Formats: sequence, structure tokens, C-alpha cells
Amino acid sequence: MIDTLASAVLAESANSPGWFLVHAIGVSMGIVGLIFFLGTAVGVVRFPDFYTRMHAAGKGDTLSTMLMLTGFGLVMMEDFSANSWLLLLKILGIVLFIFITTPTSSHALMRAAFEDDEMPLGEEDLNKLRKRRAKPKSK
Amino acid sequence: MKEWFAIIMGASLLVLMIPILYRIIVGPTGFDRILCANVIGTKTAIILVIIGTLFDRVDMFVDFAIAYALLNFVGAIVVSRYFNRTVPLQAMEKAKAKPRRRAKA
Repeated sequence: MIDTLASAVLAESANSPGWFLVHAIGVSMGIVGLIFFLGTAVGVVRFPDFYTRMHAAGKGDTLSTMLMLTGFGLVMMEDFSANSWLLLLKILGIVLFIFITTPTSSHALMRAAFEDDEMPLGEEDLNKLRKRRAKPKSK
Repeated sequence: MKEWFAIIMGASLLVLMIPILYRIIVGPTGFDRILCANVIGTKTAIILVIIGTLFDRVDMFVDFAIAYALLNFVGAIVVSRYFNRTVPLQAMEKAKAKPRRRAKA
């Protein structure tokens, strides 16, 4: 997948060599964002508790969205016309908005869950979980 | 090259949304569900930009993405306010009216 993208970037930048660096930075930012989103997906499925899942979802979601949108904004840049700058500015506006709002909504959800008597797992619960997971292996 | 980048990113995003959809369906509490719905809503803003790239109308679809991010935030805040009992945390700790139920392991 990365080979395809790299060869595509090279073929494109033969026409406009000055933009190779910007497009390469954009594509690599997108790929790093995908890796962070993979971390979010794995954490959301595997973590045992609502608060740990929220940890994975809140952090990974914010950073991966910001990276991917900024990468797209850089890949969109083709020239220095006013339209390109306006597009980049709008995308950076979305990035700023998400940077502010996603942690806020995570915090509000956490507060609501805590006041709704949803308690985090304690030590003995984790021990129980470990025993339950260890049993089928021994059989 | 823009098209290939957009197609690969969009396909990977869709594939990575499947585990989060699993958590929405299975999730033990309602908070898991609304949290994962929030994650998918944030990713939908990116997918709107990708669709705009493929249709070559990014300037229009970016506005849709802004509106979608805003609606997503408002939805999450509304749900959390709905579940919130609006008791100050200190008063709740002082009262300790009933023992808290533990989450099921």
C-alpha cells in the first residue's frame, strides 16, 4: 500500500517538482493518522472497562483526526491561488474545532458516566477476569 | 495521485470502523455506545473531505464536514447532559447515600 502511494507521489511530482515535499508530508501524516486510528480501534475492542475504552477512544480519535485532516489539507495544495489557501484555512479550522471539542465531549461523557454510578474495575475484578480468561486455556 | 490517496484512506477508514461498530452493537453500557458513535461521527467528517476529493468539489464538501463536526459535538454534549444527574461532585461524595454498583467484569 505504501509502495503504491510513494510511486504515485513520485509520478505526480515529476510535473511539479516543488510540491513533492508538501505532498509527501501530507501523505505520511495521513498514514500516521491511520496508525493512530488502528490503535483506537484495538483499544476500544480489547479494553475491559468503560473508562479505559474512553482513554483509547478520546486520545487516539483526536490525534488521528487532526493528522488525517491536516494531511489532506496539504495534499489538496496545488498552487498558491486564493482558493487553495481558503481550502487549507477551512480544513485547519475543522482541525482546530475538533482539537477543542473532542476532549470536551469526552470529559462530559466521563462525568456523566461517573455520576451515573458506573465504577471503574478494581483489583479483585481484574483478578476475576484473569482467572476466567486463564481457565479455557488450561482445559 | 490525490484520487489514489483518497481511495486508500477511505477504504482503510471504513475497515477500521468495523471494530468500533462491534463495540456499538455489543457494548455493555449506553456510554460505550454513545462514545463509539462519537468516534464514528468524527471520522465521518474526514470521509466527507475524501468524498469531496473524489467528486472534485472539496470547497463545498469541507463546509459539510464543518457542519457535521459541529452536530456531532452537540449530540455528544446533549446525551451526556441527559444522563447527568447534575449533582455537584463534592455534595455527592459527602452524602454517600448508597453504595456504588461495580461494573460487571
